[in-house]
Amino acid sequence: MSADGRLRVAIVGSGNIGTDLLLKVERSPHLVVAGVAGIDPDSAGLRLAREHGHVVTDRGLAHLLELVDDIDLAFDATSAASHPQHARLLAGRGIRSVDLTPAALGPAVVPPVNLSAHRDEPEINLVTCGAQATIPIVAALSRVADVAYAETVSTVASRSAGPGTRQNIDEFTTATARALEAIGGAREAKAIIILNPADPPIMMRNTIYARIAEPDAAAIETAVADAVAEVAAYVPGYRLKMAPLVADDVVTLMVEVEGAGDNLPPYAGNLDIMTAAAVRVAELQAGVAA
Amino acid sequence: MTAVRIVDTTLRDGSHAIAHQYRVEQVETIARALDRAGVWAIAVGHGDGLGASSIQYGRPRHPDAELLAAAAGVVERARIAIAILPGIGTKQDLEAARDAGASVARISTVCTEADIGIQHLRLARELGMLPHSHLNTAHLLDPDGLVEQAKVVADAGSEAIFIVDSAGAFLTDDVRRRVAALRAALPDEVAIGMHEHNNLSLAVANSAAAVAEGATLVDTSLAGLGAGAGNCQTEVLVAVLERMGISTGIDLWTLQDVADRIVRAEVMQRPIEIDRLTATMGYASVPASYLLHAIRAGERFGLDPRDLIVELGRRRVVVGQEDAIIGIAAEMADPAAAGR
Repeated sequence: MSADGRLRVAIVGSGNIGTDLLLKVERSPHLVVAGVAGIDPDSAGLRLAREHGHVVTDRGLAHLLELVDDIDLAFDATSAASHPQHARLLAGRGIRSVDLTPAALGPAVVPPVNLSAHRDEPEINLVTCGAQATIPIVAALSRVADVAYAETVSTVASRSAGPGTRQNIDEFTTATARALEAIGGAREAKAIIILNPADPPIMMRNTIYARIAEPDAAAIETAVADAVAEVAAYVPGYRLKMAPLVADDVVTLMVEVEGAGDNLPPYAGNLDIMTAAAVRVAELQAGVAA
Repeated sequence: MTAVRIVDTTLRDGSHAIAHQYRVEQVETIARALDRAGVWAIAVGHGDGLGASSIQYGRPRHPDAELLAAAAGVVERARIAIAILPGIGTKQDLEAARDAGASVARISTVCTEADIGIQHLRLARELGMLPHSHLNTAHLLDPDGLVEQAKVVADAGSEAIFIVDSAGAFLTDDVRRRVAALRAALPDEVAIGMHEHNNLSLAVANSAAAVAEGATLVDTSLAGLGAGAGNCQTEVLVAVLERMGISTGIDLWTLQDVADRIVRAEVMQRPIEIDRLTATMGYASVPASYLLHAIRAGERFGLDPRDLIVELGRRRVVVGQEDAIIGIAAEMADPAAAGR
């Protein structure tokens, strides 16, 4: 913890996500950048971090840990392949980590739903953007009804889908579906992701279908509105795009995610919701936003 | 000219036309006849591919594995083919399909997103299936763009690359230029296939043109049964190819008999024809698989489905994005209420 009580956060990875995290951490009144680790000396992200006066290395996390010894928490925005090694290094130093890669080593966390259950875990995983965008809604539905089945369709702009998603698209759908059950409370779930190449790029859009016996439309509307407000508190561009439609035992609604436009373009709400969730976890650990 | 292999997709794309309600006996009867007639492969399963049983795309009467096993159980020579869209269907679905008897895996991606098919192409090969690619919604790319994407899947081991005109939007010259560009750019051992929809009444003409430019695989359906105004009609294309002097090794009478006596008489629910809705899909470049969804949303929200289809085209929807129909319909029906 820094002298003024702000949480000291290290950022591992200097790509698009790492750079977006950097700008968000800088903006947070409760966090301070402890350092940025990359592996590409020419990366724009490391250049920017240097310009902003942060401790920076292009020799990876191990080197950053030599340079800086008071880190409270680290964001890993590298890759599923690199994450296990980073997790070991961080755990060895007693530094808590928030994993934005698809490695899924630590417990899956969607901040407004289950962070409090995992406050003391040495490492947590943010699952997928689809999970971050849809699980708060499904969990809200589960609080007011028995969700026999949840199905989500996340449509994202092609240009916002990075190599991690593209090479492991099966892991994306599977991890999202399992988290919809484990965290969202659906008895059974299916997740679908669609990449749309339209130009100008579309905003991330999520359709959520839930099968609920004898749905109470008023209770559902309130629960959904509350959940949207809870997420919008840390993802300002998160909004209800289509209010819940109830037909027989199927509830359908849509949420759109516009990014904050930090380092990533506003259409990439799917990436913004991941970095915003990571920052949210750190802020809640700082004990201020809770 | 080399021989052309027919992949009949009555039991897969045709599934769209009947909201995925095939009965096991219908699958057996049709597969048996197609096998006897001599088609190279028979595509079977949910219209939106393996794992597409959902609220979004519709629940089938029978799971894919059951229909695949039924078809595999009655054929002697024909291969059984499946479609799978990465992002919808998963590895487990592919394994189950292989176990049920499928031996050709058609990995379908939006044409601009070929790289999301690499994972499943590799898995198909590991499972001992022939890895083929479907580049769908192909009207989104010009010939050069399509070549670039085709190379991605060819490099990943795809043995055949289909140009899939999901919206039935191509004019004949569009098809000629794309097949020629792919043929010139890809290694000889990678076959080129064509998959048409008849929304502009060009499915047979475009498929024949594709063959003239070097395509050696064509997707077709009996009586045209398929999404939108249907696919390239199997029994018509076979006759046209014969007139072109191209061998298919297929018995035409057997095809015609099953098309008329079974598909038209017992399977088809809504006539497969070019009417104001299906023609609008071709005109507005909207995937043919959206047809029944657009009709239902029109009824639900009191809208002319044509207005919906045109708006969907304006927003450049792609294969798989059927939820956009409800979103747009809700907005059009009550602009103030959307996003309340």
